[in-house]
Amino acid sequence: MQVPAQVEYERAGSVEHALTLLARYGPAARVLAGGHSLIPMMKLRLAQPEVLIDINGITDLCYINLTGTQLRIGTLTRHAQLLESSVAGEHFAILHDAERVIADPIVRNWGTVGGSLCQADPSEDLSAAFAAMKGTMIIHGPDGSREVSAREFHAGPYETVVGSSELLTEIRLPIRPGGGSGYRKVSRRAGDWPVVAAGAALLLDGDVITDAGIGLTAVGATHFAAAEAEGFLRGRTATPQTLARAGQIAAENCRPVSDQRGPADYKRHLACELTTRVLGVAVARARGLTT
Amino acid sequence: MKVTLTVNGTEYARDVEPRLLLIHLLRDELGLTGSHWGCDTSNCGACVVWLDDTPVKSCTVLAVMADGRRVLTVEGLANGASLDPVQQGFAQCHGLQCGFCTPGMMLTARWLLNNNPHPSPYQVREAISGQVCRCTGYENIVKAVLWAAEYEAAEHGAAEHGAGG
Repeated sequence: MQVPAQVEYERAGSVEHALTLLARYGPAARVLAGGHSLIPMMKLRLAQPEVLIDINGITDLCYINLTGTQLRIGTLTRHAQLLESSVAGEHFAILHDAERVIADPIVRNWGTVGGSLCQADPSEDLSAAFAAMKGTMIIHGPDGSREVSAREFHAGPYETVVGSSELLTEIRLPIRPGGGSGYRKVSRRAGDWPVVAAGAALLLDGDVITDAGIGLTAVGATHFAAAEAEGFLRGRTATPQTLARAGQIAAENCRPVSDQRGPADYKRHLACELTTRVLGVAVARARGLTT
Repeated sequence: MKVTLTVNGTEYARDVEPRLLLIHLLRDELGLTGSHWGCDTSNCGACVVWLDDTPVKSCTVLAVMADGRRVLTVEGLANGASLDPVQQGFAQCHGLQCGFCTPGMMLTARWLLNNNPHPSPYQVREAISGQVCRCTGYENIVKAVLWAAEYEAAEHGAAEHGAGG
């Protein structure tokens, strides 16, 4: 029987209230959103907070809005809501691709976008997706809010730059014309963590790639991104050969480890193959083709 | 900590430890043992109940998180003596063998049909993809859900016809 250790419980009614509670309890507290990462960790005693600050009542943090040239996603948005959002899917097919393969439909009903990001699991899907889209995280703290690039959000496995008195409140994604995106994942069974997954967000001017974002998860890619492959693609014509070379570069520059999900060389092979494929998907979508 | 929640239409108030999981509140405190406690790791779905309007895995929800909310368990699925069409489908199609996964499967099936009254076999499989039948009786579970969908469509058609006539 798996039971969390004894813990105190506080319910936050607003962002300000949550910040007050976080300031009061400091590093002894953990924010509880959907709980679908944190509660299993608490059962295994891998996480043992003294206080939980439940933010499920802050329904203001549950939204997907189109604001000018950005898509803004509230931290408490459930995975199922992101998957159902037509505005999210219209501008970022990568989000729907990824959400379809994150856990299972029941877990997606309560698991949240912000919770997944803050858990910072090195195999997490949205971290790679937001890295590919070059999103921005909005973090609130006692002295106001600050913006952090998706590529500076993670400090390491299970670690983010969100301080013990801070709260991730929103993710912002830039919408740019001529863009196309996608996400591809290989997992051992339905609902499982990825063996490897790759996301891509490309900007095309005619056949020329003017900007490239590539996210990789579960392979030890720095900040969940394939920066070298992105640099290679920028300014090049989107041919199958170019995309395949970018896949090779992405694979050469990540650091997969052998574990129960597969040997490192297999993961490196997948990183190459999935990057190449998802770049093809992103190019096709940027050209307005259905994939 | 005091929690008040409505389970199958009945309000319950209990004083619980914050670390108590919803599945254990339902089974051990309220005596509603229809919801099963399976893998304890959010994988198997034996513990699925509805929290407000959507199914959740109740081994991964704290009882305190259900405070002020509605819970539906398998005990609340039938309408009095009349079984829900999903329950009838499981009976008609031999949708259960040992029965351990059945309550969770039926609650997910009810949710699926509420949102998608005419699912394809693939959509049924996708809906239950986070739930495990250790007897591997998936074929008949899918048939049972599709039976319920057809039954409800026929009922709906009969009601429309009756109203028109």
